[in-house]
Amino acid sequence: MEPTASFFFDFRISDLWFLAEAAWRTLLISTLSITIGTALGVVFGWMLFEGRWAAVLILGPLLDVFRSVPLIIQLVLFYNFAPIIGLILDPFLSGVVILSIYCAALVANVARGGMEAVSPSMRRAARSLGMSYWQDLRYVVLPIGTRAVFPSWVGVALGVMKDSALVSVLGYVELLKASQILITRTQEPLLILTIAGAFYFALSYPISRYAASLEKRWAS
Amino acid sequence: MFDYHFHWRPVLKNLPDLLAAGLTTLEVAVLAMIIGIVVGLGLALIRLYLKGPVRWFATAWVELARNTPALFQLFFFGFGLGAMGIHMSPYAIVLAALSFNCAGYLAENFRGGFQAIPVTQVRAARSLGMTAWQTYTRIIIPQVFRIVYHPLTNQMVWAVLISSLGMLVGFRELSGETQALASRTYRIFEYFAVTAIIYYVIVKIILGASRLLAARLFRY
Repeated sequence: MEPTASFFFDFRISDLWFLAEAAWRTLLISTLSITIGTALGVVFGWMLFEGRWAAVLILGPLLDVFRSVPLIIQLVLFYNFAPIIGLILDPFLSGVVILSIYCAALVANVARGGMEAVSPSMRRAARSLGMSYWQDLRYVVLPIGTRAVFPSWVGVALGVMKDSALVSVLGYVELLKASQILITRTQEPLLILTIAGAFYFALSYPISRYAASLEKRWAS
Repeated sequence: MFDYHFHWRPVLKNLPDLLAAGLTTLEVAVLAMIIGIVVGLGLALIRLYLKGPVRWFATAWVELARNTPALFQLFFFGFGLGAMGIHMSPYAIVLAALSFNCAGYLAENFRGGFQAIPVTQVRAARSLGMTAWQTYTRIIIPQVFRIVYHPLTNQMVWAVLISSLGMLVGFRELSGETQALASRTYRIFEYFAVTAIIYYVIVKIILGASRLLAARLFRY
């Protein structure tokens, strides 16, 4: 058969490097967003738990919006809204901002659940031993509450890691976007998607198993 | 700094189209939930009671659905199966991916629900002369249903939210329709803002309906 000119190249070893780099970017954006989101989320959760009217009336519904609108819509909205108020953000920064807020909205619920899991009598006991409000939070509520909701926090964090794939719609080349680029060039979707999927799975599966085993151990 | 003029008129003019697309979103989500419930129930029962290759298959399904991004699953059903010669319409791709995802998550919920019912209840029912079928439909399933009711509602919301990924495979549900209309007028922010509101309303309707239904179903 006569060789024909083609725009497509076969999958090469150097493409694996391209995918590895993209996987690194997926890790980077998700770790950053999960860290910021968790810090914010714990503060929000504490505000909701304390239940002042401002938190209940403003913060609660606001966080609810981020849980009720698809992440992809939030990303597109924010990416197009930022220039309107004069912010020039690249896809990475926009992704981090939205993923962090999204993560914070999810973590806020988890954190509040953790604080509610500490029985009021235990906290009263701490206070009556002479602990200040902050000491009580730090040495009583934090350790017990963390234990109660750590597995669900892991679930949220893994969810954000998987949802970071959506930042590809803004043009940020993370793992899934990279695999799409390669698919366009090599026309070998099965192979490349399998590699990308295997990476997500290899990251998510052990951690979720670990969280499940912790949950089982702590429950007994 | 603020020299952007909002133009809401083109969006309002196309509002009927958006609302119709919202119905498509709801339709896909409901269908995916129905398939997901049936398949998820099957997967849960297989993982609980069967051994061998069938069980491995069910476990692989559940773990893959839970540990890879929904977007990856969508691409796999789109491009991956396309490479194997199975070409589906965008509607079928979204429905298949969504059902796959829902079935995986729901299977775990169902499994947890079944495990929460003490075995002694089965024995008690059987010793009262009920057949296995009667035991399941009259004793076990109603109790499991109560346990998984809330997770089911959450999964329904989740199905609506991730159906928005359909826009990336050219499916004209709410997000896809919005993108198509927005690219015609370049009023991207306005269009997606209205779409975000529609999603919010859909989610609130689902949650409200679920609460009403729960009040009616679980009166005692």
